[in-house]
Amino acid sequence: MDIKDIIKPENLVYTKTKNMTDKVLSYCPGCGHGTAHNITMEVLEDMGITHNTIGVAPVGCSVLAYEFMNIDMQQAAHGRAPAVATGIKRVWPEKYVFTYQGDGDLAAIGGNETLHACNRGENIVIIFVNNGIYGMTGGQMAPTTLQGMQTSTSPYGREIETMGSPLKMTELIAQLPGVHFVTRQAVHTPGAVRKAKKAIRKAFEIQKEKKGLAFVEIVSNCNSGWKMTPVESNIWMVDNMFPYFPMGDIKVDGKLVK
Amino acid sequence: MAEIKLMKGNEAVAEAAIRAGCDAYFGYPITPQSEVIEYLMMERPEDRTGMVVLQAESEIAAIHMVYGAAAAGKMAMTSSSSPGISLKEEGISYMAGSELPAVIVNVVRGGPGLGTIQPSQADYFQTTKGGGHGDYRLLVLAPASVQESADFVADAFRLAFKYRNPVMILSDGVIGQMMEKVIMPEQTPRLTDQEIIEKYGDWATTGKPDDKERNIITSLELDPYKQELHNIKLQAKYTQMQEEEVRYEMINCEDADYILVAYGSSARISQKAMDLARAKGIKVGIFRLITLFPFPSEQLNDLAGRVKGFLAVEMSAGQMIEDVKLAIEGKTKAVHFGRYGGVIHSPEEILEALEQKLIGG
Repeated sequence: MDIKDIIKPENLVYTKTKNMTDKVLSYCPGCGHGTAHNITMEVLEDMGITHNTIGVAPVGCSVLAYEFMNIDMQQAAHGRAPAVATGIKRVWPEKYVFTYQGDGDLAAIGGNETLHACNRGENIVIIFVNNGIYGMTGGQMAPTTLQGMQTSTSPYGREIETMGSPLKMTELIAQLPGVHFVTRQAVHTPGAVRKAKKAIRKAFEIQKEKKGLAFVEIVSNCNSGWKMTPVESNIWMVDNMFPYFPMGDIKVDGKLVK
Repeated sequence: MAEIKLMKGNEAVAEAAIRAGCDAYFGYPITPQSEVIEYLMMERPEDRTGMVVLQAESEIAAIHMVYGAAAAGKMAMTSSSSPGISLKEEGISYMAGSELPAVIVNVVRGGPGLGTIQPSQADYFQTTKGGGHGDYRLLVLAPASVQESADFVADAFRLAFKYRNPVMILSDGVIGQMMEKVIMPEQTPRLTDQEIIEKYGDWATTGKPDDKERNIITSLELDPYKQELHNIKLQAKYTQMQEEEVRYEMINCEDADYILVAYGSSARISQKAMDLARAKGIKVGIFRLITLFPFPSEQLNDLAGRVKGFLAVEMSAGQMIEDVKLAIEGKTKAVHFGRYGGVIHSPEEILEALEQKLIGG
């Protein structure tokens, strides 16, 4: 069997989703963003809702998400994505609307917009990529930076007494009645990617059924910001991030798990 | 059907928004403009036209809700007063950069800081020179009556979509709070979703059809040369506004020796001052600005050749006067008279300023 046989359409077993453009990702090699983008876009294709979906890109590493996601998208000011998504969803209630935000965007500067969009139970999906650092601006401390973790603005390690504790935004918003589904996932192994994709699918199904806000946190690595190799960063993430930000569902069907 | 009502300026803005076919209002309470959202909440426009009204958690959130709705092709608006407008400037700059149509109403109060809740015109610089970061302009309409507060809403939306640029209605605490007779326009139906897709589908984010390229709304362009080209495109729009949208009113300017230049409630008070002056034999006229940007520079320059001087009457420490001076290129005298910090000038004070600062000065 030569190459011509292999590439015959009937032999096709896997292809890139049409919902991702061919543009080369601007993310560092090893970063989890590309996978998180990809599974989000696959879900839209699987559900057949691509033409009916409007995405909101944040400020941060994924500010250029609209370059890679082949759907109608708006770029929001820093932290304001949940307000922008509210504006879209309120005037186009039959469209699917989601935000894709990092930890600085969602939990620091956009804390208020996140809290209130969740509290109103806006019928949107929020995808929250948490890598415990500001990647785009060069590795500064984020609200989710772990205790003792060194960043360019906590060069001696995050000190709880002066810098506060890492913020568990996901657990915080899970308390709000308007929030229907909250889960924490990762994309560092094939198994984790499958689970995360399933969770994103579920989040969009909830929007379809108009049940309220669905919130998917993806704990991810930042090998550049953490100053590690991609493999080291994933091991460090499992050993250090996961104990503080445990994997799994936090709220299902409007009820807190456990 | 057109209707005659007795209303506050703020209520007139709200009712006119419903009748203009506005799709969404997002706001946050602040004195002296809270009647806008109160009226809308009471009126249930959702039942009348399907218009969405939402009280946001902050002025910042409200303006970004407007951003989201506007970027999805809908007619969206917000209103606030000075300290709230400062908060909105972030979103306004993003909308100017992303070329989004929207209407923003500022019912100006005294500042700086939390200032006072009394009327003021001290946001002139902020409003006409951009306001937020970056090189941009808003098209600014300044109503001087409750009637204009109503009429300018539909007008502002038309201009916002014509230029794909935010338009500001610069009201003040007097115009917003006073009650006057107003003839309300007939109801304009809201555009249907299909009409919006047909009209604005080439730029608005309404969902990407399979057979079309996606639409992206962003103000980001990292390549400075491309960003410069984008800025040049924006500047061309502002130039076009200067060529096509200048609006003003001249009252008794034909035989006038002296001109009071004013807008909004200052222009109303100046009318009485003009009457007092004319009763004393001083030939005074009024040049009332309706658009603050674009500024009627040419028209003022023409007048400057045949009058003895201009008195800029503003409820500020002297902001519009700078544009008057630039416009008249030193052809004649221009002085400023203002009360500020929430104080409104009396017609007698204006006459006194005219006699002492301009005629006698």
